[in-house]
Amino acid sequence: MIAAVALIIGVVAGLLLHPTVPTWLEPYLPIAVVAALDAVFGGVRARLDGVFDAKVFVVSFISNVLVAALIVYLGDKLGVGSQLSTAVVVVLGIRIFGNAAAIRRHLFRA
Amino acid sequence: MSHEATAPPRRHVSVRVTAGAVIVLLVALLGFAIAVQVHANSGTDSLENLRTDDLLGILDNQDQRADRLRTEIAQLQNTLDQLRSSGDRSSAARRQAREETQALGVLLGTLPAHGPGVVVTIGDPNHHLAAEDLLDVIEELRGAGAEAIQFGNRRVSTDTAFTNVNGSVAVDGAVQVAPYTVTAIGGPKTLDTALNIPGGVAAAIRTAGATMSVAERQHVAITVTRALPPMTDVSPTGH
Repeated sequence: MIAAVALIIGVVAGLLLHPTVPTWLEPYLPIAVVAALDAVFGGVRARLDGVFDAKVFVVSFISNVLVAALIVYLGDKLGVGSQLSTAVVVVLGIRIFGNAAAIRRHLFRA
Repeated sequence: MSHEATAPPRRHVSVRVTAGAVIVLLVALLGFAIAVQVHANSGTDSLENLRTDDLLGILDNQDQRADRLRTEIAQLQNTLDQLRSSGDRSSAARRQAREETQALGVLLGTLPAHGPGVVVTIGDPNHHLAAEDLLDVIEELRGAGAEAIQFGNRRVSTDTAFTNVNGSVAVDGAVQVAPYTVTAIGGPKTLDTALNIPGGVAAAIRTAGATMSVAERQHVAITVTRALPPMTDVSPTGH
């Protein structure tokens, strides 16, 4: 609940301040957002499964973001940046869908 | 699990609070990042967020497009030049044709005309003059370079006929009554001199017992026109 409020506060702050993204962060921000979304969905699912652990969530959140950024960085250096970020988005998207399906089963029993 | 159970409750609570705060912070950061990214992506310049190779591809495409467009511009410019020059030629030809039409119209008597010229008045109270005498006047005017001539109420042209009808003179079949007025457009001095040359037309007319006066005018107008007779036998030969 508090997390949802925090999310809304963050969105509102982003909308009100609308800062420009620094150039060095531009390639990583979208991937990082998707990775963080994956972590959040995983956290919600764990919460509903009753196995939520704050430490696991924090670590998975941060590591997800860092790994995603690292993969994009590596891809850019190897010259396959766009393909690799597509791959990351696909994989994270599949995971998000899986987690969302589990959450749905919990919430609606369907 | 067992060590959590044995840990002091205060520390347990503070860890939980810290973890909750970190989670809240992270989630808020996520929301912030989402908003910022969405905003940056929906900005006017979508090129900002593209990678170098994509930008290079776009630049390449734009270069090729610019080249194509430049070629097209050159072709169109060429076409425009051609059309313009042909338009100049055809407009010059049209102007020349119009001038020719007007000159021919004046010569053939189908167009009214005005300009410097003379007005000749021939008085013949005793009907001494025959058609030949009046034709002589016309011939003299023509010989002196008159460009358009009007005799009485008839326009004089290439096929105008002077005939004697019952002691009167008819021009193209229309009977004329003295005094006759002849209007001619041409150099006034030249026409006057040609008519009044010693032993010339004026002298012949006076000898015949009629009178003749020539008035030089800077501006005379010939308003009478005639219709061209239809050509039945002749057809032009192309050159």
